[in-house]
Amino acid sequence: MGIEIVGVNKSFGDFVALSDIDLSIPGGGLTALLGPSGGGKSTLLRIIAGLETADSGTIEIEGRDTTNVPAQRRNVGFVFQHYAAFKHMTVAKNVAFGLEIRKRPKAEIARRVAELLELVHLEQFAHRLPAQLSGGQRQRMALARALAIEPSVLLLDEPFGALDAKVRKELRDWLRRLHDGVHVTTVFVTHDQEEALEVADTIVVINDGRIEQVGTPDDLYDKPASDFVLGFLGPVTTLGDRLIRPHDIEISRVEQAAVVDGPITRWTRVGFEIRLEVTPIDTRYAPVQVSVTRTEAHALGLHPGDHVWLRPAVGAPSVVST
Amino acid sequence: MNPVLTEPTGTTRRRRPRQKASTLSRPAAIGLGVGVTWFSILVLIPLALISFQAAGGGWGVFLETLGNAQTASAIGLTVRQALLVTLVNVVMGTLIAWVLVRDRFWGKRALEIIIDIPFALPTIVAGLVLLSLYGPESPLGVNVANTSHSVFLALLFVTLPFVVRAVEPVLMELEPEVEEAAASLGASTFTTWRRIILPSLAPSIASGATLSFARGISEYGSLVLLSGNLPFESEVASVRIFSYIENDNPAAASAVAVILLTVALAAIVTLNLISQRVTRHG
Repeated sequence: MGIEIVGVNKSFGDFVALSDIDLSIPGGGLTALLGPSGGGKSTLLRIIAGLETADSGTIEIEGRDTTNVPAQRRNVGFVFQHYAAFKHMTVAKNVAFGLEIRKRPKAEIARRVAELLELVHLEQFAHRLPAQLSGGQRQRMALARALAIEPSVLLLDEPFGALDAKVRKELRDWLRRLHDGVHVTTVFVTHDQEEALEVADTIVVINDGRIEQVGTPDDLYDKPASDFVLGFLGPVTTLGDRLIRPHDIEISRVEQAAVVDGPITRWTRVGFEIRLEVTPIDTRYAPVQVSVTRTEAHALGLHPGDHVWLRPAVGAPSVVST
Repeated sequence: MNPVLTEPTGTTRRRRPRQKASTLSRPAAIGLGVGVTWFSILVLIPLALISFQAAGGGWGVFLETLGNAQTASAIGLTVRQALLVTLVNVVMGTLIAWVLVRDRFWGKRALEIIIDIPFALPTIVAGLVLLSLYGPESPLGVNVANTSHSVFLALLFVTLPFVVRAVEPVLMELEPEVEEAAASLGASTFTTWRRIILPSLAPSIASGATLSFARGISEYGSLVLLSGNLPFESEVASVRIFSYIENDNPAAASAVAVILLTVALAAIVTLNLISQRVTRHG
């Protein structure tokens, strides 16, 4: 089941936001749409929710064709980056909103709201106004509000984007645990690769309105389909004519079969990590960034200025640089 | 345990030791003093004086003034037309504000500026414009001179910007995302309006309506030319005050003034209560 997206196109004037998107999002999973800003991932999420209409293509949610169903009747929970709280209503009223629209009995609404507030740990804030909550609390309220209608899918648009780094990390872990408990098909948009790698079951990398790759975090990290995916999931450097991660380079002080060799021209220590720059003797090649741990550097007896030989570590993913 | 869950609540926070009642620093105290003095000279003392003058004549003058059929009719007309105009402004002003904030169209900038003209125009100039447009020599063939419609028209003209200008900034702050959130929760456009947008706008609509009503009951310059000031037909309260003064009867003039003042106060309180209700029951 889940969400089936077939042949979706969307343009805003001359700008092509999405071109020919085919995507199957598994039911019950936690899927991340990952990519740079302006790449089309939020547009795709809004099309799934019905907040935006595709120029062409179809959307199916849980086996039901919703392409022409208005947002009001898609039964989709949507969480916005900036909370979109109903400012004049208390936290409890915010959460109850969707249920009141559905004209559920008062007692049932009260019970459900209490349950949800407990789930998001806001029981004691039920009678506060959103303005009296912190950003993280507001976002948890928004999540409870979206979950209240028992949505068939939960969509989150950069849900932690407006929060500071520490709260973001906490909420990220919390979302993962919440999902393990609730099991609703969840899709979230993020431009933070760490967030996607850490939380998602499946990652969809979107760039320039196209899907670059779909896979598990391990797939994406170990078998990147393009230089874009490799580059987006962390730092990369050029070794000869291939892109590779700086920590996937084998470095040696003694002559050996190597792609390039040259002196260590820069040496930066960041905590346990040492970042080196090696300028190849062969001037056709660009300087290479290599990252080693302090322990490794000690074991190899590396010093700034040493002449070293570089080659990819065994099994390291790399792609041809374009 | 997740550290997010253990944020301090109001009750666990340490209370500050009790301080003396006033928290004013010296500069703040001077500011407050200057403010109160200024406010007193300009507002409180004149208000007190007018009430005193009216009360000076005793209840007799009040009753006599109110009992005067011409005066009662003038006050009635003023309040009626001001209420009517305020009602129209609440609807039209909110609509115009919505169009100006949410829609993009050719000539929007020009409209933004034109809206303010009733503010900027000297009222007697407005009166002149209205007279030439809707008077006996109207190019439109609409002659409302010397009727109560002329009062309505003049008030409509001068109070147009109040609600628009009060609602606009609040509407700009209202994120479209909030409406999308309501929609995704299943709310129809009408429900979203009634439960989300209207409660957010209510305080600003009320404050615009208060200003519009207050201006309405006090208007003089813009309607005095067109209305012809016919007793029992188109004479308003401010004109009545003027003629009382002309006839050397300041006590009666003050009595009318105090009545207008009371009506204005009642309007402010009522509109505030309505807006609070709408906001709370969103």
